[in-house]
Amino acid sequence: MRYRTTLRVGPVGFRIGSDWRGPIAAVEALYRDYPRAEFADFSVRLEAGQPWRRWLRPSIHIGGDYRLPEAAPLPLAQGLLAAELGMNLQMALGHRRHVLLHASVVARGDRAIVMSGISGAGKSTLALLLAERGWRFMGDEFALIDPASGLAFPFPRPVSLKNESLAAIPAGRVTGPLLSGTPKGDIRHVAPDRAAIAAMDEPARPALLLFPRFGFPSAIRPLPPAECFVRLTQASTNYVAMGEPGFRALTRLRAEVPAVAVDYPDGEAGIAAVEALWAAL
Amino acid sequence: MAAPRYRAAGAELLLVEPLDMFTAVFHRPSGITHLLTEPAPQILRALADAPLDAGALLARLSREFDLGEPGDAEAMLLARLAELEAAGLVERV
Repeated sequence: MRYRTTLRVGPVGFRIGSDWRGPIAAVEALYRDYPRAEFADFSVRLEAGQPWRRWLRPSIHIGGDYRLPEAAPLPLAQGLLAAELGMNLQMALGHRRHVLLHASVVARGDRAIVMSGISGAGKSTLALLLAERGWRFMGDEFALIDPASGLAFPFPRPVSLKNESLAAIPAGRVTGPLLSGTPKGDIRHVAPDRAAIAAMDEPARPALLLFPRFGFPSAIRPLPPAECFVRLTQASTNYVAMGEPGFRALTRLRAEVPAVAVDYPDGEAGIAAVEALWAAL
Repeated sequence: MAAPRYRAAGAELLLVEPLDMFTAVFHRPSGITHLLTEPAPQILRALADAPLDAGALLARLSREFDLGEPGDAEAMLLARLAELEAAGLVERV
């Protein structure tokens, strides 16, 4: 393609190509502290639907090794979002080296908390707040569970903060542009701190599984084994595709790691609940 | 005509993970995960060693469980066997 770049996040290399320079420049700025990929596991292509649409009302079609035919194109001004969505799509549909859980992950030393929840459950904001208090940020989109070892591998992509969460951006971070009027409202991408990026080749052993829910009165409930297992399979984007290694990885995770559902009304209460659970391990 | 006899899919075809009131079973040939509740895991265990017909299976399970009235128990057992057969976890021999 006319413009291209490569980058590596944890164990995964991406090649991103674009018909326009703008999205590549935005990706390179946001990912400036990340290494270049020696090889690409996945390609993402940001393409004009028709040649003249490079200039005339330019809009981006998200392509790549894997694509969703029904995905709506995005305006050129949202090129960074298109690249991020393209990378997510490749991971969710194509990654097979790890069991993927839709989850954020933070670690202390070599032990990690995996926080799984639907969009809006607050797992990204919680991970960001914990990272501000000394936890290592390992990712807020996917937990990568190695089927052989059970370890969680870092995938510390930039965090995409939306709407009311925009106020939570820590000072001094590399950020993307404010993207207004996206399908999910106002979005700004925030790169993890440099220490998190520098440690992105160091896996951690899951020590606590949390299923947080933001905006509810404080409550903590240990999850029964079957509910935990079912929630893990639901949180995984590639459980079926992984087959037997996926079953073995998730039953092992369930058996070895305590699982707790945490409701919390606000960030401070969430942090306090996580720290208390961690201290009690 | 003799009553059909049933046997469980071979142990080499199943990964069984007891959880709590549920048991997760991964069926290797299909790649499907099944979540079973009582008495399905017990049926699989009873049919693992040697094939049994429904009457013999009922007699065996009745020694371990209170399955209720005999007529109801047999209907329930046949329904569970049909489900397990459809899932490939049990077959007729």
